[in-house]
Amino acid sequence: MNSAETAHNAAAVARRGRIAWGVAALLLLAAPFIGLYPVFMMKALCYAIFACAFNLLLGYTGLLSFGHAAYLGMAAYATGWLVRSAGWPPEAGILAGTLFAGLLGGAVGLIAIRRQGIYFAMITLAMAQMLYFVCLQAPFTGGEDGLQGVPRGKLFGLLPLADDRVLYYVILAVFFAVFLFIVRIVHSPYGQVLKAIRENEPRAVSLGYDADRYKLLAFVLSTALAGLAGSLKTLVLGFATLSDAHWSLSGEVVLMTLLGGMGTFAGPVVGAITIVGLQDFLADRVGSWVTVIIGATFVVCVIAFRRGIVGELLAWQQKKHPSH
Amino acid sequence: MEIFGIPIQAFLGQLLLGLVNGSFYAMLSLGLAVIFGLLGIVNFAHGALYMIGAYVAWIGADRFGMNYWVALFVAPLVVAAGGMVVERTLLKHLYKLDPLYGLLLTFGLALIAEGVFRDQFGVSGQQYAVPEALQGATNLGFMVLPNYRAWVVLVSLGVCLGTWFLIERTRLGSYLRAGTENPALVQAFGVNVPLMVMLTYGAGTGLAALAGVLAAPVIQITPLMGSNLIITVFAVVVIGGMGSILGSILTGLALGLVEGLTKVFYPEASNIVVFVIMAIVLVIRPAGLFGKEK
Repeated sequence: MNSAETAHNAAAVARRGRIAWGVAALLLLAAPFIGLYPVFMMKALCYAIFACAFNLLLGYTGLLSFGHAAYLGMAAYATGWLVRSAGWPPEAGILAGTLFAGLLGGAVGLIAIRRQGIYFAMITLAMAQMLYFVCLQAPFTGGEDGLQGVPRGKLFGLLPLADDRVLYYVILAVFFAVFLFIVRIVHSPYGQVLKAIRENEPRAVSLGYDADRYKLLAFVLSTALAGLAGSLKTLVLGFATLSDAHWSLSGEVVLMTLLGGMGTFAGPVVGAITIVGLQDFLADRVGSWVTVIIGATFVVCVIAFRRGIVGELLAWQQKKHPSH
Repeated sequence: MEIFGIPIQAFLGQLLLGLVNGSFYAMLSLGLAVIFGLLGIVNFAHGALYMIGAYVAWIGADRFGMNYWVALFVAPLVVAAGGMVVERTLLKHLYKLDPLYGLLLTFGLALIAEGVFRDQFGVSGQQYAVPEALQGATNLGFMVLPNYRAWVVLVSLGVCLGTWFLIERTRLGSYLRAGTENPALVQAFGVNVPLMVMLTYGAGTGLAALAGVLAAPVIQITPLMGSNLIITVFAVVVIGGMGSILGSILTGLALGLVEGLTKVFYPEASNIVVFVIMAIVLVIRPAGLFGKEK
């Protein structure tokens, strides 16, 4: 194949990619007008932010955090408490929840990056379990009942978030911002170093990069964005509960990323919408078999489908139009 | 008589309870360490297997009138057989991949097991009677010792030390350790490594089921009993380091005791004390108390 043809094929793939992005963005923008239930879409977008944040860590840095729900849950509680009991406006509550999750992430990250690979996963899981017990026993979380009746308020004192459509577009805007932020990080020199660490940590260290510092910053960014997802979710649903911080949610975000395609930008979004949709669809129909189906999806993904939906699509496109 | 303002009877009672929990930690972290050593897989399903062990005992008693002593053998065998099937059909595809996939696959299996049992038996706890021969308590003068709890501690200690002996002091164990170091070379010497891997996974899972049967009379049997335990056991494994058999046993027992002590002095923290210790150990000695620095 000559180079002109290669360039042509690469351009064709890129064009298809742009079309796919455009269609997806239009669909999201039009969602409230084409009969999609706004609360469902908002929930799905919150989990999409959560999964994108998680993917920054697993997909681009190669760190499996098995306790990401703790940061989502802690931020959900922080925002819920500040907005409901302290009367903070929503934007301040969201910002505070995000920062709180990032701080917690910094503390846990400092400890967890001392071990690698599988130990990192176990440590993050154990630390998240500790945070879960703190949520369970702390006086301000409402124990088993959680924090109920969190008001949505007015954003910047102007936008009435109680209107589902207004809140939907606010969340969509935040989602786009987070998505582009992550794309930007991954393509920045910093993101290249993260990928180098993922591929070969000793080599990155030998090139003079302080791998631990890079990993810690990635962990803090990822946990802060997970917190942002939790804060938004509290506003959407009006409550924060223990299940936001439970390990099963930590597992679900792994599955969202794996199913969608880890290390791809769109993968976590596709995965999150698929899983949230699946749960929503199955909840009334099959009862406790939801857990079984989620577990079986895990098994299938790991055995036969490790590239995920988006990863498979990309691989298929590459095969059809090999660029080199 | 009192210690630090706490009646000695209550104090020793909590210590014993801690020791019982510690025995379960020790048995489970031992199984995890052996499986990780040979298969390179962190078996998230270990907690679910422990749960299934307890349920096999309970179902056996409830439906077939199987007594405790039979269950002590049947449950580990049933679970080990299931474990070996899983190893041959699923886990064997993962040995050449990043160990993270093993964790994720076994996590999925744990979710499946939990969901099935929740569907069948609900979330409320089931009771399993203490076998007649071990009912009652012995008065030691300074404390009243419930016979069944003493039995649990003794059996787990025996099983743990037996496993240690098998791995560190026998010919079979030397193959196993060699297989951990270099499976290709061991295979070249004519040892059937895939068979050894399968049996090891079976033994590790059987150990988890045995812990489940031992636990059945002293806890509420629920589908969720395993997942909460396994996370604590992960912390135990991080604290001990998975490199040493004896290390896993000691760490398990010691952390059980520490947890028991915390229940006496500051009950609010008893849920998190193991995790706090893990954080401290990671700061001071990242490889774990018995682990080797790579």
